Amino acid sequence: MTRSWWRTAVGVLLTAVMLFPVYWMVNVSLTPASRMRKSPPDLFPVDPTFEGYARVLDEQLPYFGTSLLVGLGTVVLTLALAAPAAYALAKLRPRGRGSLMFVLLVAQMIPGIVMALGLYGMFVRFGMTNTVWGLVLADSTIAVPFAVLILTSFLSAVPDEIVQAARIDGAGPFRVFWSVVLPAGRNGLVTSGLFAFLWAWSDFLFATTLDSGGALKPLTLGIYRYIGNNNQEWNAIMATAVVASVPATVLLVLAQRFVAAGITAGAVKD
Amino acid sequence: MRKNLVGWAFLSPIVAYLLLFYAYPLVTTVDLSIRDYTVRSFVRGGAPLTGFENYLTVFADPTFRTALLNTVLFTVVSLVFQYGIGLAMAVFFSRHFRLSATLRALFLVPWLLPLIVSASTWAWLLNSEAGVVNAVLRFVGVDGVHWLTSPDWSLVSVTIANIWIGIPFNLVVLYSGLRDIPAEVHEASALDGANSWQSFRHVTFPLLRAVSTVTLLLGLVYTLKVFDIIWIMTRGGPSGSSTTLATWSYELGFGNALPRFGPSAAVGNVLILIALVAGLVYVRAQRKQEAS
Repeated sequence: MTRSWWRTAVGVLLTAVMLFPVYWMVNVSLTPASRMRKSPPDLFPVDPTFEGYARVLDEQLPYFGTSLLVGLGTVVLTLALAAPAAYALAKLRPRGRGSLMFVLLVAQMIPGIVMALGLYGMFVRFGMTNTVWGLVLADSTIAVPFAVLILTSFLSAVPDEIVQAARIDGAGPFRVFWSVVLPAGRNGLVTSGLFAFLWAWSDFLFATTLDSGGALKPLTLGIYRYIGNNNQEWNAIMATAVVASVPATVLLVLAQRFVAAGITAGAVKD
Repeated sequence: MRKNLVGWAFLSPIVAYLLLFYAYPLVTTVDLSIRDYTVRSFVRGGAPLTGFENYLTVFADPTFRTALLNTVLFTVVSLVFQYGIGLAMAVFFSRHFRLSATLRALFLVPWLLPLIVSASTWAWLLNSEAGVVNAVLRFVGVDGVHWLTSPDWSLVSVTIANIWIGIPFNLVVLYSGLRDIPAEVHEASALDGANSWQSFRHVTFPLLRAVSTVTLLLGLVYTLKVFDIIWIMTRGGPSGSSTTLATWSYELGFGNALPRFGPSAAVGNVLILIALVAGLVYVRAQRKQEAS
């Protein structure tokens, strides 16, 4: 038992070191401009100010709304595409599915910058730049291949017996998909939806290439605009960063096991 | 037969999607790279075909060598440290102790944060005058470093930030790999009188080889693609000292008032080729792991 206390102490120390940048982000977000360039910097918000957060409320609220909209839109689109595909791959198993799985695996490896360039060419031609739905489509390309593969492995774990039982009761393929397999694969839907949201929420590359002139810009561009200012106001930048981190933190608290499952499933199994 | 038909009916949306939003953009990028596009012809079409000229332009550009070398350095150094630290943490957390699950969950935070958040936080941590890193260095009596504004340090800085972001991924995957090793294996080696280092070196580590390979290769594919962190922290600068193929491709296509889509696409396609080679090695390794 004494040994385990020693481990806890080391563990807390390691975690503190690892999370120091996160702490610093919060600290700076509360530091007033007058103390910002002080050397050495304050280790604690000695004279905390909420100016940065006031500016976020003032200037960044629309960006926040756009990010939420894009995130949710990406989740819906991703699941709508991935769920039927995963059902077919896991349960109907048609011939030639192996090549499709391979294509999905390779699709995840294409660098974002190449996709951004190609999508930009396409979006310009079809007048899709600077639209929210265009950004949703672009962001979904990050999530869809991953979601199909993860969901396929989750749905494969649904026992074939309950699928067969439903068939014997006269359910067609669509009914089996909707009323039997999907509810049983709920955890997979949560995991892939969660990652789709986080990736869309965090996306900067597609936003800056495809939506930089739009009326509705996501939060990542809001932060980037602050950084781009010659007069960089770090307390406002860090306050926005803290706010932008909220969804990740909430999801980690509420859905930690899904997050861990998603990371591992993507790497170790199909 | 009917089963196949119904199966592909359910797959038809994803196939249509992949054709429209993967195949078409990729073909567009190839097309961009073999034509001489201007802003005008980009919108209206009709750019003249120039074959491999964009590629030759790019290869002849001195930035190409820098970007390629930086990409290799950034990737290799990131992987070595992410994996090394991630493995050490995974071993540390593989023993249960009070709070271990909570602390392990907290370790995930850097991986979950939007990259622009992590990158801007690191930019401020590494700020020359007001950054806390230099403050600590001065406190212990070392001169501060111009982390982001000196060509000697910019690549180091973005690599440090990227290592920080990658540790959680390595930790989680290696941790799950460690849990899959049966406890009897450790007990057996302990009975044989092995100390914990010997047991790790000769028993755990070899058993973790398959998981390690997959982790490293997936990390390789991820790291080759990294754009956000570098662009936000240094924009590939100063004077190209932290440019990688990904940021250079972006800079050529979107970074200036006058976009050069052809060369940008050519650099992007070179990057794709490198990523695909890494990716195919990964797929093979994963198949082998599943077979065993």
